[in-house]
Amino acid sequence: MTVRGAAFIVGAHEHPRRDIPDLSVAEIHAEVALAALADAGLSPPDVDAYFCDSDAPGVGPLSMAEYLGTRCRHLDTTETGGASYLSHVGHAAAAIAAGKCQVALVVMGGRPRTLRLASGPSLAGAPETHYETHWGITDTVHNYALAAMRHMHEFGTTSRDLAEVKVAASLHAQHNPNAFLRKAVTVDDVLNSPMISDPLHRLDCCVMTDGGGAVVVASAEVARRLPRRSVAVLGHGEAAKGTGNGRPGLTYTAGVWSGPAAFAEAGVTPADIDYASVYDSFTITALMALEDLGFCEKGKGGRFVRDGALVAPHGRLPMNTDGGGLCNNQPDNRGGMARMIEAVRQLRGEAAAEVQVPDCRLAVVHGSGGRLATRSSAATLILGREDA
Amino acid sequence: MSTPLPPADFTPAGFTPAGADETFWTATTEGRLLLPRCESCATVIWYPRPFCPRCGGRDVMWFPASGEATVYSYTVVRKARGGYRELTPYVVAYVELAEGPRILTNIVGCDPSEVGIGQAVTLVFDAPAAAAEDGGVRARLYRFRPAD
Repeated sequence: MTVRGAAFIVGAHEHPRRDIPDLSVAEIHAEVALAALADAGLSPPDVDAYFCDSDAPGVGPLSMAEYLGTRCRHLDTTETGGASYLSHVGHAAAAIAAGKCQVALVVMGGRPRTLRLASGPSLAGAPETHYETHWGITDTVHNYALAAMRHMHEFGTTSRDLAEVKVAASLHAQHNPNAFLRKAVTVDDVLNSPMISDPLHRLDCCVMTDGGGAVVVASAEVARRLPRRSVAVLGHGEAAKGTGNGRPGLTYTAGVWSGPAAFAEAGVTPADIDYASVYDSFTITALMALEDLGFCEKGKGGRFVRDGALVAPHGRLPMNTDGGGLCNNQPDNRGGMARMIEAVRQLRGEAAAEVQVPDCRLAVVHGSGGRLATRSSAATLILGREDA
Repeated sequence: MSTPLPPADFTPAGFTPAGADETFWTATTEGRLLLPRCESCATVIWYPRPFCPRCGGRDVMWFPASGEATVYSYTVVRKARGGYRELTPYVVAYVELAEGPRILTNIVGCDPSEVGIGQAVTLVFDAPAAAAEDGGVRARLYRFRPAD
C-alpha cells in the first residue's frame, strides 16, 4: 500500500500572530483549526479524524476534538516533538488510504512567549533523564551545540557556514509581513551576536513565538469536490534515533532513515525537489538535515549552503521561504507545522511573490524533534502539486 | 583559573531511585562510578538498565569504571537557566569512557578555553553533600577534569 494518490492536503492555516497573550491555548487551536477548514471549504462536522500531540490541552485529542465540534472515528496523538505534525500527515494519509477516515484535521499551537516557558513533553520518569539532564544542560541549545561542535571537528564546518542558513532565512523573512524577525542579516551579524553555547550564537537560534497552525488532509474523493487547489501527499518516512547504548554519533540524525523512506515512497530523488522546508530550530539542525536527506554528501553541508544556495527563487535549493523558525515562526517551540504550511503555499503558488519558486512541482518537508542526533525524531514528507 | 563546580542539582526529594538507578546512584555516594556489563555479549551498557539493549540478555553485572576518558564533544555554556544561570561559563561535554560509552558530563578544573575534542580527562566526583534528612540517596554527580 502506498499513500501516493490517496491523500491530499486540502486546507492549511498558520496563525498570523506571534505574541498572543489574550487567547487560551485551546482558543489558538480552535482559531487555526477553523481557519484551515475554511481554507479547504469544510467545517467541523466534515472532520472524521483528529491528530494532535501533547501541546493540545486535555488528554490526547479527547478535549479538543469535542471542543471543536467534530465527531471522529480515527484518532492519533503521535508525539515526536517538533516533527509530530509531519508524522500526523503521513499517518493520516495511510489511514485515508486504508479507508479508516476521509477528512483528517492536524492541529497544534501554544504560547511559550507569553508564558516564558521552554515547552515540550515532560522528561520526568524517562529512564534516561538522570543521565542526560544534569550538568547544567538547562536548554535545548546546549545539546545542539554539542552536535555542532562535533560536526565542525569532523568535517571542518565553520560558523560562517552555519550563518549562511540564518542569512537565507532572513532574506526570505523580509517578504513575510507576519514574520517575527523581518530584518535581513549578514554572516557577520550572526558571528557578532552573543555566543550562547559554543559554537552557536544567538542568531543561530530560532525565535520563540506564540502561535499555531493546522492542516486538513482529505481523500482523493473529497479533494476532487473542493474548490481550492490541493497538494498531494506523495511520500512519508519517520524514524527515531537515540543514544545507541551510549555510543551516539553526533553528526547524523534520524533523517538518514526518514528521508530515504519518503523519497522511495514518492518515487523521486533529492535532485527532483524544487523547494525544501527544513526544520531549523538552530542553523546546525537544517545543515545536518540537508546532508541526511541526500542533498549533499555527509560532511559537505557547510559547502552546500554557501553562495546563496538556499535563497529563493533562484538558489540551488530554495529553503524556508517564510523565514523558517530562525526568523518567521516556531510556535510552541515546535516548527514542523509552520514549515509544512510554507511548502503548501509554494505548491499552490501562493508564497510571497518575491520568493515563490517558479513552476514549483515537488517539495520536501523535513522535521525533527528532541535533542539533535541523540534523543531525537525525524519525519519527512514529499509533497507535490495537485498534478504532480 | 579553574571552573567552579556547578551545584549537584538533584536531591532525594526530587529523585527516589529504584532498580538499576538505585545501584548506580548509591555507588556515587561512595565516589564510585559503576558500569553495567552484559554477561552474555560483554557489551558495556549505558545508561544503566537491568538488561542488555544489544542482545536482550538479562544477566547484567556491575563493575567500576577506570575513570579514564577522552572528550568526544563539548560546548561552553554561556547562557543557562535556574541554578546554573550564575555559573556560566561552564563546559558540558560528551566524554568517551575507556570502557566505550559516551556519557554527558562537565569538564571542570580548567579554563573553558583549554578544553578540546580528543583531550584526555579523568573522573572526579562532587564533594559529598550533607546526609539527606529523609534518608534517601544523596547522589553525587560525576564530572571530569583534564588528565595529569
